[in-house]
Amino acid sequence: MQIKVIVTLKPTVLDPQGMTIQRNLETAGISGVNDVRQGKYFDIEVSDDVAEADRRALVERLAKDVLTNPVIENYQIVWD
Amino acid sequence: MKFGVVVFPGAYCDHDCYYAVKTVTGKPVEFVWHQETSLEGFDALVLPGGFSYGDYLRVGAIAKFSPVMRSVKAFVDRGGLVIGICNGFQVLTESGLLPGALLKNAGSRYVCRYLHLRTETSSTPFTSGIERGRLLHIPIGHGDGNYHADEDTLHRLEDNDQIAFRYVDADGGPTPEANPNGSAGNIAGIVNEGRNVLGMMPHPDRSFDSILGSEDGCLIFESMVTALTHA
Repeated sequence: MQIKVIVTLKPTVLDPQGMTIQRNLETAGISGVNDVRQGKYFDIEVSDDVAEADRRALVERLAKDVLTNPVIENYQIVWD
Repeated sequence: MKFGVVVFPGAYCDHDCYYAVKTVTGKPVEFVWHQETSLEGFDALVLPGGFSYGDYLRVGAIAKFSPVMRSVKAFVDRGGLVIGICNGFQVLTESGLLPGALLKNAGSRYVCRYLHLRTETSSTPFTSGIERGRLLHIPIGHGDGNYHADEDTLHRLEDNDQIAFRYVDADGGPTPEANPNGSAGNIAGIVNEGRNVLGMMPHPDRSFDSILGSEDGCLIFESMVTALTHA
């Protein structure tokens, strides 16, 4: 089973990486971009050995407790 | 009285901390490997700086799942003293032993230099020997030291006297210019509600001898010895 998890910084959290990208877009000849926020993307494969009924809870736990720091980040799970 | 220095793979200030604690306190110090589950016999622990587990995912994120951290939590519950320096501070926030999180420096740059810290409270086992308001000359060296917490948490830290150190200028003012990384309220170090866990980005382990440029780091380790002696 393939799952994607997207982790983004909360809107209130400063993102110097995104700001640096945005600030330097003009030099790449790209104008008109007001804001860039950098996040993380995870491709995850869950073993078929995990019972189907348990997969959702397993992925939720992985996304919430491991891939995300709830103080600064939000997550979104994309179920295929 | 025995100190332990927790060693995560990727730690690189472990030997600095070992040497600093041993030299300053004269007490026995032992390394504690991250796979260790027993902290029997230790009175204080140091979580050193570095890049634990390569700091992949987030700074300090993988370290929180190491076997030793479960024992560190129990150690904290028993009242043991824990000081996390730099990456150690990041591990403590990720583990939930201290509130908030450390973000990338606001200026995107790794900052490595001496600066001034103002001691915000003497009511901790780590600062009992330092009068409130005293300026310390202690260096930082980090790319992810921007202390972040929501407004409620910041108010609670203030109300509970949990802010240990702030970045200040030479006159003791917590100005924006004196803030090297964008930390909320110029916060450089905090303690937990139980006051037995200190996290700080600056390195007392790099400022315990005049040959390093400052001896101010000694005050923190000496305060810990005093606290443990009277415990």
